[in-house]
Amino acid sequence: MIGPHRKTSNALPRFVLACIAAMLAALVAACGTDYFEIPIETPIQPKLDVSPFQRVLVIGFVAGGTDDVDANQETVRLLRSQLRTKSSLKVIDADILPLIEVARDQSQQTPSDDSNGPRGEGSAPPRANANGNGAGVGERIQGVALPPNIKDEKDLEPYERLFANTAYWKRIGEEFQNPLIVTGTVLFTNRSTSGFVQRDQETFDSLGRRRVMPMRTYMERKGFILRPKFVFIDGRTGATMYSESYREEILYNAQQNTPALSSYFELMDRLVPNFLSALSSQKIRGTRVLLK
Amino acid sequence: MNTRLIAIVASAAVLFASPSFADAKKDAKSQVEFGISVAQRGLWREAIYRWEKATQIDPSYAAAYNDLAIGYEHEGQLDKARKAYEKALELDPNNSQVRQNYELFKEINDRTAQKDK
Repeated sequence: MIGPHRKTSNALPRFVLACIAAMLAALVAACGTDYFEIPIETPIQPKLDVSPFQRVLVIGFVAGGTDDVDANQETVRLLRSQLRTKSSLKVIDADILPLIEVARDQSQQTPSDDSNGPRGEGSAPPRANANGNGAGVGERIQGVALPPNIKDEKDLEPYERLFANTAYWKRIGEEFQNPLIVTGTVLFTNRSTSGFVQRDQETFDSLGRRRVMPMRTYMERKGFILRPKFVFIDGRTGATMYSESYREEILYNAQQNTPALSSYFELMDRLVPNFLSALSSQKIRGTRVLLK
Repeated sequence: MNTRLIAIVASAAVLFASPSFADAKKDAKSQVEFGISVAQRGLWREAIYRWEKATQIDPSYAAAYNDLAIGYEHEGQLDKARKAYEKALELDPNNSQVRQNYELFKEINDRTAQKDK
């Protein structure tokens, strides 16, 4: 007797609760969701019109900073491999030019050398130009004192006149059947700093619940700064079409020993999409909210 | 003066209460909903067409402008996207979702604008 009686007394509130739940569900269904997250891909048009070019030549960079990384070699290799997979241009495999030497050779040339014109023009490989014969007639960086070691931006500045030497770049262009030439400067330097840093600290309370609290701690940190400047030169005319400069920085705990090369690649990884967006259309992925 | 005001208010009330106005709102909403369903299947041009139609039917429909902006963004028509986002925010300035979409859009748009400098 007791059992069935109890059952009846529980059944009523359950029935009422079920009705309320059903009504709420119906209400939610009738109202529906008013927003929908949707993934989108925004196409970005390239900055440069590269339609006149079938080929691209990443020739070399004036590089400086830490000796732990050969920024010229690494930048050329990285950009070539990125262009191979992510642009429609054919990438020319050529010897990487030591542009520092080219710039120094050009600065040492006397004006009388101009009358002879560039030696070996039209036939010499780029490596030969690096030995001081590739400047050609026109603007040169003669008379400019070039610092032997590039340690900062100030040291790099006089070398930048090399990119204005249209005769030199035109000659390089002619050697490779007028490609788009990619060059520039790369400064990869050490950095160390100290100060307060905000970090998330994980704690557990007496009930074992996890909490993440922001904490300000004093830290000694070290890392690297990467400052590349990409210069795009029209191989048909030797003129600069476009250039862009970037700055990226990475800092680690002073006790952490991160190899310079892996930091270099980490920083370049951030910049490569920007570099590629100058040459080819890119799609930027994101999420937006559609509304009813 | 008062009679004119009363007449305006009365006619506005009649207009808003009229079945044709309600139908237009309903029609615009169904266009927006259809646009969302096709966009979710990747048919963005059809979605844009529907959202454009919704804004024509009901020019005060902020959500339609928001969705249209997203459609334009996806198609790379950044100028049109910006105008549509701005219109959506003009109609519904306190809508945090529209604002968030617009902020994300601006990040991309600013990046391309920087390149043009």
